[in-house]
Amino acid sequence: MTGPLIPMGVIPETWNNVIALIIGIGFGFALEASGFSSSRKIMGTFFGYDFVVLRVFFTAAITAMSGIIYFDFMGWMDASMLYINPYYVSSAITGGLVMGAGFALGGFCPGTSFCGVAIGKIDAMIFSAGLFVGIFIFSEIYPLFEKMYNSGNLGGAMIYDMLGLSKGVFAFLLIIVAIGMFYAATFVEKKVKKVDY
Amino acid sequence: MKNNKRDGTFYINPYLGGILLGLVLFATYYITGRGLGASGAVKSTVVTAVHAVAPSHAEESGYYSKFLSDDASPMNNWLVFEVLGVIIGGFISGTIYGRLKLKVEHSPKITDKRRLIAAASGGLLFGIGSQLARGCTSGAALSGMAVLSASGIITMMAIFGSAYLFSWIFKKLWI
Repeated sequence: MTGPLIPMGVIPETWNNVIALIIGIGFGFALEASGFSSSRKIMGTFFGYDFVVLRVFFTAAITAMSGIIYFDFMGWMDASMLYINPYYVSSAITGGLVMGAGFALGGFCPGTSFCGVAIGKIDAMIFSAGLFVGIFIFSEIYPLFEKMYNSGNLGGAMIYDMLGLSKGVFAFLLIIVAIGMFYAATFVEKKVKKVDY
Repeated sequence: MKNNKRDGTFYINPYLGGILLGLVLFATYYITGRGLGASGAVKSTVVTAVHAVAPSHAEESGYYSKFLSDDASPMNNWLVFEVLGVIIGGFISGTIYGRLKLKVEHSPKITDKRRLIAAASGGLLFGIGSQLARGCTSGAALSGMAVLSASGIITMMAIFGSAYLFSWIFKKLWI
């Protein structure tokens, strides 16, 4: 079966929401079981006492990336049909910087806060409520952001094209960098004073 | 198994967790042609709520109107079902490992109230930022990295770079 299955018409669209629910269960389980329902465990990555976020995030990214490249190479999936989030330079960077500040204050990102909600973390519930308010505020004052939101559209630009590398070379370098970071993380954890949480 | 795995302190190996998460993300791309997400479900809910309360306001707004269509409610959105699944999946894992407990988690150096104010501010900023960047850590950064998109890698670097800087500014909240 050549993927992606739903866009190719292999699975009818009516199954979409059932599949979404099942995928979400896997997503939520992986996040919670790894410790992402705890803001203090998540924040360990930024203070060096627990690099779980770095390890899980980069392992997940290179696993999915390798799977996609392999399936595309073997002809089992047409990677050109996959959705690519358009790259609007200034809004992507500004949005990322604002999210980073929210991360450092709240200790969660949206997905991890939902895991916290699922196990009864009141701070996660308040963080999630803040998300609704933030999105509401953004929507109401959108005219202020509109120019930035729509400027510098590079469409579905690929990082390896921008760097003038082939996809395979970039993917290989990313895996090497990730492994290097995993080693460095273990080294730093040994140096940093333990934090009980 | 010597350790009591149900006392809430056990987490799976982070590389195993990463491989599991990566396989879920890969399966999402293979089946649906799109990645995972989280903030998009909140956006759909906000759009639906505003449209229900003030339909003409939503239709005239430059932002809400992007996500309103005649044939389907924005609530009937892939990400809304996915996020319901995230909550179920998190609950299953929390049940298995004995972590279900109603509490405010924070550093012993700060009060519950301070933690909750910081959490509310953090959520608010994350909400605003996720709309600017067209996705959050899941939809923009992680899913974008899996397909090696420029938006994914750049947004990931902006989020983590900024979080490193700000976490030292807000150090007293955490350690």
